[in-house]
Amino acid sequence: MYKSVSLSVFLHLAFVLLTVLTLPFVKKEPITAQQLIAIDIIQISEKTQLPFAPKAREIIEKIKKEKKKKRVVTKQAPPKIIPKEKPDSIPLPDQLKLKKKKEEKKKKKNQKKKKKLNKKNSKFEKKKLFYPNKIAALIDKSKEETADIQKKQTLEITQNQDSSVTLNKGITLSQQDAIKAQIYKCWNIPLGLPFDQNLLVRIKLRLKKDGSISSSEVLDHKRMNQPGQGYYKVLAESALRAIKLCDPLNMPTTGYDKWKDLQLNFDAKEMLRG
Amino acid sequence: MKKLCLIFISILFLNQSAFAVVKIDITRGNLEPLPTAISKFYVDNPSKFSPELKALELDKKISEVISNNLKRSGLFSIIDPKSYIQSPRIAHAKPTFQDWALIKAQIMISGKLVIDEKKRLRVEFRLWDVVNAKEMEGLALFATPNSWRRIAHIISDKIYERMTGELGYFDTRIIYVAESGPKDQRIKKLAIMDQDGANNKYLTLGNELVLTPRFNPASQMVTYMSYFKNLPRVYLLNIETGMQELVGDFPGMTFAPRFSPDGKKIIMSFAKDGNSDIYTMDLENRIVERISNHPSIDTSPSYSPDGKYITFNSDRSGYQQIYVMSKNGKNVKRISFGNGLYGTPVWSPRGDLIAFTKLHKGKFYIGVMRTDGTGERLLTENFYQEAPSWSPNGRVLIFYRETKTNTKGEGFSAKLWSIDLTGYNEKMVETETDASDPSWSSLLSN
Repeated sequence: MYKSVSLSVFLHLAFVLLTVLTLPFVKKEPITAQQLIAIDIIQISEKTQLPFAPKAREIIEKIKKEKKKKRVVTKQAPPKIIPKEKPDSIPLPDQLKLKKKKEEKKKKKNQKKKKKLNKKNSKFEKKKLFYPNKIAALIDKSKEETADIQKKQTLEITQNQDSSVTLNKGITLSQQDAIKAQIYKCWNIPLGLPFDQNLLVRIKLRLKKDGSISSSEVLDHKRMNQPGQGYYKVLAESALRAIKLCDPLNMPTTGYDKWKDLQLNFDAKEMLRG
Repeated sequence: MKKLCLIFISILFLNQSAFAVVKIDITRGNLEPLPTAISKFYVDNPSKFSPELKALELDKKISEVISNNLKRSGLFSIIDPKSYIQSPRIAHAKPTFQDWALIKAQIMISGKLVIDEKKRLRVEFRLWDVVNAKEMEGLALFATPNSWRRIAHIISDKIYERMTGELGYFDTRIIYVAESGPKDQRIKKLAIMDQDGANNKYLTLGNELVLTPRFNPASQMVTYMSYFKNLPRVYLLNIETGMQELVGDFPGMTFAPRFSPDGKKIIMSFAKDGNSDIYTMDLENRIVERISNHPSIDTSPSYSPDGKYITFNSDRSGYQQIYVMSKNGKNVKRISFGNGLYGTPVWSPRGDLIAFTKLHKGKFYIGVMRTDGTGERLLTENFYQEAPSWSPNGRVLIFYRETKTNTKGEGFSAKLWSIDLTGYNEKMVETETDASDPSWSSLLSN
């Protein structure tokens, strides 16, 4: 009897532990990851992406075209040197041979005169004179490669932004920022409060579809009327005034289910510390 | 077993449901003073007011005093009464909040004056939350018509308390040294006034030099130092009765003593055998006890509000710095480590901070630091200023500031100034004459 009971208790516990450890909805996501990392990136994307995305593509394409044009120009520039040699060399191999022979003869003469210097010079000259086309091509390739990388990067960024804009939290972080900005304007922080006490007022809001507030409730309501919690009461009242002043909130037109319930955490610590 | 399972399951579900709500942290807001409307107090039964009383225009004056108090605190901005739409009577009985919201008031104060059968003045006031359309506070106070100022201060304190969560400091007085005459022949009198500068009274005639008056935090008693035949003498003075009492001659004393938080002892520094140390004296049996014993110069002691610690000045490190020790003189710990010289440490009545004067590169600063020496903040800088004294709620400091004289020795003045802990709200306290060495009383109504 005891064995079976203890076994069942053990198994139940194991099961519960497993669910607690493995199921994703039980895990509290780290708050910092949600707020700190994502906000900045998304603000920019939300503002820049919508109006800029088509424009940006146009601009990128324009730049590419310009680059192509430039490449044509650059191609034209170096060949000035090349045609002098190549056209001569390709159609008339005999002449080439002759030329080479002449050059070799000249070189031999020069080598005899100035061995050390000529060796160096000739090497450089060879490089400079004989492979200008290839160098140009290399430069072009590198340009294309960088352009590709840029393309990839921009694509990656937009993809990143796209994925992070809608978190599974409900409303987007930029929408949260928009709400924050509204409340910031309405909230007169009580200046006399001490900054070194843990004063956090959590207020639960229920919103209507037009953004107006149908109900607001301080979550630690009991604390407001406890003796010795004067500062908390002051902060809570100022927060309630802020919410009332901001009513109705300017909310997104879609996704009502996601934002109809909000919890605002009022914390003046940072501001009061100055 | 079933219960256990139920608990676990319920925990799981609770956890899940908590995630449905989007949480938004609000960490920023306006740091502007709170927009406040003070509807003029009105007289309810003018027939009972004698012509002399009517001439006092108490309704107008009480509103003005409250308005000035709140404005000076730096936490409230008073909206111009010209823009008020509602009559004071309606505003006090049942205000139409939209009218007050229209002028962007967030709180509104209304009140009325009545003379009752016993010819007492009854002042009633209400504090309204305009935004949430509700009454936050309502009180009635009785007094003789002559003490209308105190009533106005007490009302200001109640409003301050309700809106900040801490005690006010308006129903208080300040004792200071009133100075007049040329700089080399200064006449120094002891003077007392309300915290807003009203009701100024001189307590000594000016034939003796008086210095550093200090309030007893537990009663309306004052101690000060005076020179008699070029020897410093310490007196006790009861402000209510005017009774004066000699504590003793203390050669080598530079500052008057301060009281202990319970008012039963005084703590002081004086030189004995060429060495300045800290002593206490029991006021009942006059027994003097030596607290610090160090060859360096220890001066300017001040008790913590719980009476367990003492902060003082010492040059034992080579320069004048601030130290904290236990009340028995043990566990001496240096707390100031910045550049420059530190002096006149005063422990805040709230217990969290120590105010001080700092001299650095020829400039004087008034600042505060935590009691362990961290978080040093300099609130104000000037050519010469010193002797900070705390308001009873530990939010505001009063000190005095001297101006530079020109080459002819003209243009010298000494005035009282106040500054709050934010460092932004700096204001001169008006006095009839030049003034120095202020000391703030505790709340009179307590």
